[in-house]
Amino acid sequence: MHSSTALAEQFDDLEQQHEASSLGMWVFLGTEIMFFGGLFTAYILFRNFYLPAFEAGSRLLNVRIGAFNTAVLLCSSLTMALAVRAAQLGKKGALITFLLLTLLLGLTFVGVKLAFEWRHDYLEGLAPGVNWTFNGPDARHLELFFCFYFFLTGIHALHMVIGVGILTVLIILAGRGRFSPLRYNAVEMSGLYWHFVDIVWIFLFPLLYLIGGRY
Amino acid sequence: MPGHVVPKKLYFLVFAALIFFTALTTGVAFVNLGKWNTVVALAIAVSKASLVVLFFMHLRWSSGLTRMTLLAAFVWFAILVALTLSDEFTRQWTPVPSSWEAQIQQQVR
Repeated sequence: MHSSTALAEQFDDLEQQHEASSLGMWVFLGTEIMFFGGLFTAYILFRNFYLPAFEAGSRLLNVRIGAFNTAVLLCSSLTMALAVRAAQLGKKGALITFLLLTLLLGLTFVGVKLAFEWRHDYLEGLAPGVNWTFNGPDARHLELFFCFYFFLTGIHALHMVIGVGILTVLIILAGRGRFSPLRYNAVEMSGLYWHFVDIVWIFLFPLLYLIGGRY
Repeated sequence: MPGHVVPKKLYFLVFAALIFFTALTTGVAFVNLGKWNTVVALAIAVSKASLVVLFFMHLRWSSGLTRMTLLAAFVWFAILVALTLSDEFTRQWTPVPSSWEAQIQQQVR
């Protein structure tokens, strides 16, 4: 594919090409909804089984760090949306700046998660299977809550890392001048993925950190 | 040019709303509303997700086909949750046949 041809030969026009890309990406995101949906359903079910243990587990998470990370992720969604806009308008400098900002915010999120939350939980003996020393009331079901916690946040963080990889590729391509107002589908579709990962966190934050009765 | 260019101002407005909702949901979690804590937290999460989908992900300006794709995904997710929970919550509605009792006792131990 040559960089000057914005239209791939199988499409009639740019509009149709754009529509095809969007549809394909949304179908993929549909499968992602089902992927996370299975985990969310299991979480709802076991939360109903062992409500007191799950609420106790929630209270052991740091709500301040959770809220901070939510804000970081929302900022990264804003910069990603602005990056797509810069690509649409053909502003190469702004595109690279916003993509870099998104990348840095994404790394901040994963860094905070790793250094302040997972590390803390591990040292406190709240990591099932690795370092589990909690022996308060209902320890077995609390362990189950932490299994869900690590699995859900872990899969989410994996999506973030994949997103960081995609952003790196986009920044390199943008630096080589591969995007233009006629050819920016890759930026927009990566943006859809990034926003989706943001939405998953929008649900994880209240489900894991907040609804445990903090009062 | 394919696709819709959204004014910068709108993005910043949506972002401000998202940050406001985050502060709100965090604050409400510290107030005792009983069962309503969960409802409020999820309602705010759905509102935030809708803002992201409609504006950041451009669904407001997307074709009907794209919207239907997302709707279909949510319908399937709803089926997954509804059928799983309807099984779980109705298990106690009918008595356990007496012939099963011995087996259950064995499993529970």
